[in-house]
Amino acid sequence: MKTENQKAWFFVLPVLLLVAFNALIPMMTVVNYSVQETFGDNIFFWQGLDWFQQILRSDRFHAALGRQFMFTFLILIIEIPLGIAIALSMPRKGFWVPVCLVLMALPMLIPWNVVGAMWNIFTLPDIGLLGYFLNHVLGINYDMTQDPVAAWVTIVTMDVWHWTSLVVLLSYAGLVSIPDAYYQAAKIDGASNWSVFRFIQLPKMKNVLTIAILLRFMDSFNIYTEPFVLTGGGPGNSTTLLSIDLVKIALGQFDLGPAAAMSLIYFAITLLVSWLFYTLMTKDDLN
Amino acid sequence: MQKRSIVPIVYILFLMLPIYWLVAMSFKTTNEILSGFSLFPQTFTLENYVTIFTDPSWYWGYINSILYVSINTVISIAVALPAAYAFSRYRFLGDKQLFFWLLTNRMAPAAVFALPFFQLYSAVGLFDTHLAVAMAHCLFNIPLAVWILEGFMGGVPKELDETAYVDGYSFPRFFVSIFIPAIKAGVGVAAFFCFMFSWVELLLAKTLTAVEAKPIAATMTKTASSAGYELGLLAAAGTLTIIPGAIVIYFVRNYIAKGFAMGRV
Repeated sequence: MKTENQKAWFFVLPVLLLVAFNALIPMMTVVNYSVQETFGDNIFFWQGLDWFQQILRSDRFHAALGRQFMFTFLILIIEIPLGIAIALSMPRKGFWVPVCLVLMALPMLIPWNVVGAMWNIFTLPDIGLLGYFLNHVLGINYDMTQDPVAAWVTIVTMDVWHWTSLVVLLSYAGLVSIPDAYYQAAKIDGASNWSVFRFIQLPKMKNVLTIAILLRFMDSFNIYTEPFVLTGGGPGNSTTLLSIDLVKIALGQFDLGPAAAMSLIYFAITLLVSWLFYTLMTKDDLN
Repeated sequence: MQKRSIVPIVYILFLMLPIYWLVAMSFKTTNEILSGFSLFPQTFTLENYVTIFTDPSWYWGYINSILYVSINTVISIAVALPAAYAFSRYRFLGDKQLFFWLLTNRMAPAAVFALPFFQLYSAVGLFDTHLAVAMAHCLFNIPLAVWILEGFMGGVPKELDETAYVDGYSFPRFFVSIFIPAIKAGVGVAAFFCFMFSWVELLLAKTLTAVEAKPIAATMTKTASSAGYELGLLAAAGTLTIIPGAIVIYFVRNYIAKGFAMGRV
């Protein structure tokens, strides 16, 4: 049992100061912009909540938000089951375990713009490995700079390539923590593979899977660099996800007010979904 | 070999294909790349690597990146250790709220913070320094480090602390000479994740630097656009960015799966 000790605050203080410096000051700047209008030269006018209303009613924002949810939904529905399946079929011990883990973790350690550039040259129709194979060997007409469907398939495949390993590592960590006795008991009871999965492995993985889904949700919802380098949001606006659109407004058009208001709405949505999911998943533990 | 090991093998092959393509391309001349498709380099060349290792504007990108990533890892672990100890051993006013607030900092899109960060670090005179990027990356690395370390510390029995006090250890001496060695696997895993997330992040690193501390990833985007399609050079630079991560992951290979499992939800 933990003891009550208010002096513990001193231990937390450095963390608090550093994170607050990085989080609160920029956040206040964003809030500040979101209620003002500027025409440059550091002259600002009070704008109230106009920007928020404008963003919430704009079709452009709805479309980008729709694409963002679509993207996050697609990668979660693919990566989570795939990650669990791969973790289940990995060896539990022996020489191959560290080899597998190191190779699988490799994509996560590549800088995000390199990931985008890498997939770009991998999928070029005439000189990329995948692009050449699809176009000239299988005869499928594939060019992601022309075809929105191909662009979507490519960014989703890229994300699956990039991040499924995180789900694998987490699920695997949950699996190896199950004592052998559980499996022996299941064997004596004559349990099928499915019931072993459903009643032993899945409950044991619940905690790590919660982390996996939360991390994947947050990171995919905020994704910027990889799709920006790969497709630049195109063709047209078909892969302009929320943060790509945000950067276009903020740095491309330099509309600081609307961009700031959009940032806050964006942040609030991420926070809300994460909190709902977190509360739902940990509800049983509290009772 | 069991039948089910086919799944990890196919998965790893899928992971390696784009990496293979990047590496293969780095050994080709730009002419060969643009002239058509070839599975292996026909005219094997080290020209691209020679360019990178002899041109300071290229190799300083790597030095800059490694510098700020290292500073960030040291700062993150140094401040996260006592904080994680507090969270794992004591109850104090607002502890749960503080923990959740720390985690929410991972949820803010970096795109949101790019411009305010630029203004903030310009205002305090740190713009275009390694320290600026290292401190900015603390935003998402410190919460992660606290989270991982707290999980590992929870696995160390409280009796260890109490015995040390009975033996007359002062707190700092106990913490440094007994407690930290007891969770050294956790420190390794936390350092690995700090390294990883700082190494792969580009948006903030690019926003906060101009010349002196420019990261390799930013060097790549600029050179690619100014020199046209130098695909071979780009591929070589990309290949070299994989190596530091690969070295670091090799050292923590036995702890990496464990590190995640211990974090509390």
